[in-house]
This record gives sequence, structure tokens and C-alpha cells, in this order.
Amino acid sequence: MESIMDAYSILWADLTALKRRWPKFLITTLVSPLLYLVAFGWGLGRGMSLNGTSYLQFVIPGIIALTAMTTSFNGAGNRLNVDRLFYKSFDECLMAPIGLTSLLVGKALIGVVRGLISSVAFLAVALLIAPAMHIGPLFLAGLILTCLTFAFLGVLAALLARSHEDMATFGSLILMPMTFLGGTFFSLSQVPVGLKYALYILPLTHASLFLRAVALDQPLPWTSFLALTAFFVIFLLGGMMALKRASV
Amino acid sequence: MCASDTSRMIEIRGLCKDYSGQKVIDGLDLAVESGELFGFLGPNGAGKTTSIRILTTLTKPTSGHVLINGIDVARDPARVKSEFGIVQQHQSLNRDLTIAENLELHARLHHLSRADRKERIAELLDYVELSDHADYLVDDVSGGMKRRAMIARALIHRPKLLFLDEPTVGLDAHTRRRVWDLIRRMNSEGATVFLTTHYIEEAEALCKRVGVLHHGRMIVIGSPLDLRRSLGMVAVEMQMPENGTQYRYFPDRATAAEFIQTLPSSEKVVMRESNLEDVFIELTGQKVTGD
Repeated sequence: MESIMDAYSILWADLTALKRRWPKFLITTLVSPLLYLVAFGWGLGRGMSLNGTSYLQFVIPGIIALTAMTTSFNGAGNRLNVDRLFYKSFDECLMAPIGLTSLLVGKALIGVVRGLISSVAFLAVALLIAPAMHIGPLFLAGLILTCLTFAFLGVLAALLARSHEDMATFGSLILMPMTFLGGTFFSLSQVPVGLKYALYILPLTHASLFLRAVALDQPLPWTSFLALTAFFVIFLLGGMMALKRASV
Repeated sequence: MCASDTSRMIEIRGLCKDYSGQKVIDGLDLAVESGELFGFLGPNGAGKTTSIRILTTLTKPTSGHVLINGIDVARDPARVKSEFGIVQQHQSLNRDLTIAENLELHARLHHLSRADRKERIAELLDYVELSDHADYLVDDVSGGMKRRAMIARALIHRPKLLFLDEPTVGLDAHTRRRVWDLIRRMNSEGATVFLTTHYIEEAEALCKRVGVLHHGRMIVIGSPLDLRRSLGMVAVEMQMPENGTQYRYFPDRATAAEFIQTLPSSEKVVMRESNLEDVFIELTGQKVTGD
């Protein structure tokens, strides 16, 4: 019980800060997905259909997965990176009498909260355009798992980073390719077999596949859900190891 | 397992820390008694910050033992964390929160009950004279207020030991004196204070005992008065055009005056009481603020 309260205390500080500027956060976090929606859904994909569904309906779940990834990663990772390397306020958390697991989870949860807020906000806009999508508990479960996975990846990256440039490099080398190759904007059935299997090593691919299948009421790719769970566990354990290395 | 003396708040034995094969702390031994206000001095790069990081569980030593209030830092860091509070050299408040929210966060992390948190925050804001600024964001208050807020935060869980790492760096003279008063008050109320500072006059004004760290080793330890006595209570400054200012130290004014009479009359000579800075410079061969 104390561990849960400790994790909440860490989250409480970030939530308090978020509450103070949530309108700004919401507006800035919605800019990218809405631009993707306009450019790819209405612009490039107008009149296109994929596997019997309109491209707009196809691309929306992918953009939701992408939004969840970006916002969760940045919400947890960039904040921690700045707290750790610039403000040095993370040392205060390391010197507090709380368990490392609580600290790790607390720092990741703000990414999950931010990821969920921006994904749900985008979803609300998207449902006005494509009301036929199936949004239910399974979609929410997939979305939460996506946010958890990328929030812990953000924490892991922030704990390993030695400078702010390292975080930017991580974004350029890992997140940016994943944005365009993770099954967000195109179907994996359209790419050569070799590349298709290579793209399966990206967690965003599995998030996109699962969320799209649920939203479009297609057979569920449970292997993708399991793969995403595996990524989540790997990033959680990696974060734990990095945090142990950072403290006595 | 180390046997510990219960009257000792800090006990360091044979502490070593290497970075890439280079010794930063080289066999440090030190004991600080409960209720003491101890000054930890040393030039830049002497190993002060590394020592404090080890004492506060942030850095692992290469070898040696550290006990805080009898608890082994390496064996039980979680328990040690409840024993101390720290005011770091740099501003380490959460800038997205108000002063009161920063205290609230630390009260939560130290498991104070809701009622205790409310009472303690109000009490400490009053203690550091920040009650009127409780709801100000950190970036909206002055450097001195930030420093006082950090002191309040360090005291939130009523720690027995306070680490103050350069607590007055960058503050104006008036604010510095206010922080000094706070430090004296905390110490008089029973807290052991471990102070590092670049301002020698600060250590001289506040500390009952000081230790000088040089190249990772404690080269001298004692009361400021004893250290001055060991050097000489009277200093003679001789301003020599070719060699810069030279210093000589004497046990009393009469001996110093005899020495001055032997000097050529062309030399500019000043006789004054020696101070802790003289001791420090003689021992380390450099000014504290110099590299």
C-alpha cells in the first residue's frame, strides 16, 4: 500500500504541474495528430480504400497509436530528462525514503496520463469524422498498454541519457522512423516480406495493428497484444536496472 | 560490519572513491558528533561534493564505510534517507510547483500524515519567513527565498542531520546573514549540521569545528581558534613588488612587531589577526575560491 502511495506522490507533483497548464498541453499535443489526419486522411488518402475500408478509417487508429506513443514517451521521458540533468531535482526523489519501483512507476505514470488525455482528445475529434469505429473496453486496454509501453521507454531513455542531445538523438533514431514505419499510415501487407518482418520488431507496429483491428471490428491480432506486453515488460525491467544503476 | 559509537551522527572510515582510476576520495576518516555544527572545507575538486553524494546515498563508494546515526549507508540506504535532510548547492526545487507544493511533495515522500503535513508546512513556512509567498511558483521568488524554501523542505521530516552544501552561494550579504541565523537556530534546536562552504568567514562564524579536505584526504581538523593558534594568531602581510604579497604568522603581536622592525622600511607591511582563510591557504596552497 505504501509503495502505491509513494508512486502516487511522485505522480501527484506532475499532475499538479499539468493541471496548471492543461489547456496549453491539450492544444499543443493535438496539433501533430490533427495535421496527420488532414494531410494523410483527407489529403493524400481521399477516395482511397484499404482492405475494404476507407483510408480515413484505416489511418485514424494508427494516428491514435502514434499520438499515444509520442505523448507518453515525451510526457515521461523529456520531463525526467530535464528534472535529472538540468534542474537536478530528480536527486531529491532519489534521496527520499521510497522504493525504486515506486519512483520508476510514479515517473512513468505521468506519461501514461498525458498519453491517454491526448489520445482520447484526438479520438473524440476522430469520432466526429468516422463515427463507425468500434471503441470499447478492448480498445481502451490496447491504448493503456500502448501508453504504458512508451512511457516506460521514455523513462528508460531519460535514465540512460547523458545529455539533452541524447534524448533528441533517441527521438530522431528510434521514434521518428517508428512514426512512419510502424504501420501507422500503411498496411504491412503492402510491403515486401523481409521489411514486413523487420517492422514487427517495432512496438508501434503492434500497437497500430491491435488498435486498428479493434476499431475496425476485424479479427484481433492477439500476438500483437502479447508482443506489446513483452515490450512493456522489457522497458519496465530496463528502467528498473537503469534506476538501480543511478542510485546506491 | 562496523561497530558504531551512538553519540556520533556521522562516522566515515577509510572512504575511497575512484573515477576512471583517478582517486577523488583517498582514505577519508571523519567523525561528527550529534548536535555538532561541522564545517567541511576544501578547494574546488578536493572531493567535498563527492563525499556529500556518498553520505546522502547518491553515489556508491569504491571502498570504506559510512555510518549515519549508526546506520550503514551501503547496507541500509532506505533507512538512512529518513535520517537526513539536504540543501543542495544548486536550486533543486521543482519549478513547476509553488513553494508550498514543493514542501507538500517532500512531506508526502517522507510519509507524513495529511494533518501533520498541513501543520508542518505552515510551521516551516513561518520558520523561514515565507508564509506570504507559499503560493508563489518557484521561478517567481528571489534566490534568497528559494534557498530558504530549500531549507524548509530539508526540515520537513524533522531530520536529525542536515547537509548544507554551499547554502549561501550567490546570495547577497543581507540574505546570507538571515540564512546564517537559520542555520544557528536549527543547530541550537538539536540538529547536527554538516556544512560545506566556499566562504571561509561563514565557516568561521558558524562552525565549532572544521575539517579541510585536500586531494580527497582530510589534512586538518579542529576548532577555527585551534587552527589559527597552530598557525599563529597574528599575520604580517608584506607587499613585495617582485613577489606579490607574502605572509608570515606569529604567536603574538610583540613577536610580529619585532619581525616587522627587521624589514626594510620601503616595504608595505600590514599586521592583523590571522583568520581561518590564512590557515586554509597555508595548508592547501590556494584560495578556496580558486581552482
